[in-house]
Amino acid sequence: MSEAKLISLLPAEEWARRERRRCSPCAELWTVLDHVMDPEIPVISIYELGVLQDVQQQGEAITLIFTPTYIGCPALGIMEEDARVALAAAGYHNVTVETRLAPAWTTAWLTPEARRKMSAYGVAAPEHDAVSCPQCGSAQTRSISEFGSTACKALFRCETCLEPFDVFKDL
Amino acid sequence: MKSDDPVTRYALRLGDDALILGHRLSEWMSRAPFLEEDIALGNVALDFIGRARLFYQYAAERVGGGVTEDTFAYTRDVREFTNLLLCELPRGDFAFTLCRQFLYDAFSLPFTEALAGSADSRLAAIGAKAVKESRYHLRRSRDWIVRLGDGTEESHRRCQQALDELWIYTGEMFETDQLIDELVALGVAVDTAELRRCWIETVSETLRAATLTPPTATADVSGGRRGIHTDDLGFLLAELQFMQRAYPGLQW
Repeated sequence: MSEAKLISLLPAEEWARRERRRCSPCAELWTVLDHVMDPEIPVISIYELGVLQDVQQQGEAITLIFTPTYIGCPALGIMEEDARVALAAAGYHNVTVETRLAPAWTTAWLTPEARRKMSAYGVAAPEHDAVSCPQCGSAQTRSISEFGSTACKALFRCETCLEPFDVFKDL
Repeated sequence: MKSDDPVTRYALRLGDDALILGHRLSEWMSRAPFLEEDIALGNVALDFIGRARLFYQYAAERVGGGVTEDTFAYTRDVREFTNLLLCELPRGDFAFTLCRQFLYDAFSLPFTEALAGSADSRLAAIGAKAVKESRYHLRRSRDWIVRLGDGTEESHRRCQQALDELWIYTGEMFETDQLIDELVALGVAVDTAELRRCWIETVSETLRAATLTPPTATADVSGGRRGIHTDDLGFLLAELQFMQRAYPGLQW
């Protein structure tokens, strides 16, 4: 599937976020931040996750705009710290991180690519409420608990291979 | 840190509800009946404590002068807290905790939905963020009420008892006062009196499914919004605030 085909299906705010990156005068900063991973699902970056909303540069001063996935998510602080470390390693030391709540984060922003990476890592990302087992691909799965190892995950079990697995909750 | 600013006072009420309820839920950590439930209660606690932080951060910004979210959580005394009494009642048994949670979640969902439409953009953003989590919370606590109510004789008995004990504290959620009236007129606060019908519908439907009997208590207990609390809040704060009281300004 080409990106052009996907654009029309994107929520408007996600399209706007990608445009901000595409038209950004500080492309190299976005690239540096592509190496900052979600500490709980270390195969997708904070950009892919949708937490990194914008990067702004004014002279030496860099401002990052983050949006939390879940209100109480303790990983947000870690992501902020990791972003600072990555930027410092690239020579940028004057970094401010701002939190923006609106528009509220949603799993609808996750790209098919991000969903694939999560699934390969063992965390299922549901689409239209259908949850497939990331181990064997079976659609015969059931919810064990609404809440899993972190605020953003629920616990499921595959009825085919009997393995329990995490599901990224639809929000 | 006392503020006369109506929006600050409102944000603190909402922050206090979230912090105190979140703390009560967190008391279950390592004590829940089984592992998944332990994790679930911890997650819900985290959602509420996160919600409290957002309200306190906003209040702190409005007050200014070096006040932070921690000032509100850790250095106010019991009479300065303005949470609903429902939120501070001791956790009781599992049925009591889930019953309290259900009665609150059934209120919290329409409340956060309405808050998302507040004329205050910051409160609206917090509401829009919280509404998504509230949906999860209500689905889960509703399921538990049905399971406990329509479960064994013992679980039914405990759930009914919890419901009967909690009922007199539910009216406070819908009470209004001068502050609310003033902010409702400005489109900032949620007119909770209007949420009552929606709440009663959710609760009645769930109690029917759970084979529980709706209590008929007529008296309502209130006072939380005025800082008049049960004995229990003081003990809760003694634990919650211990580190900052013993070592003021302590940081991780």
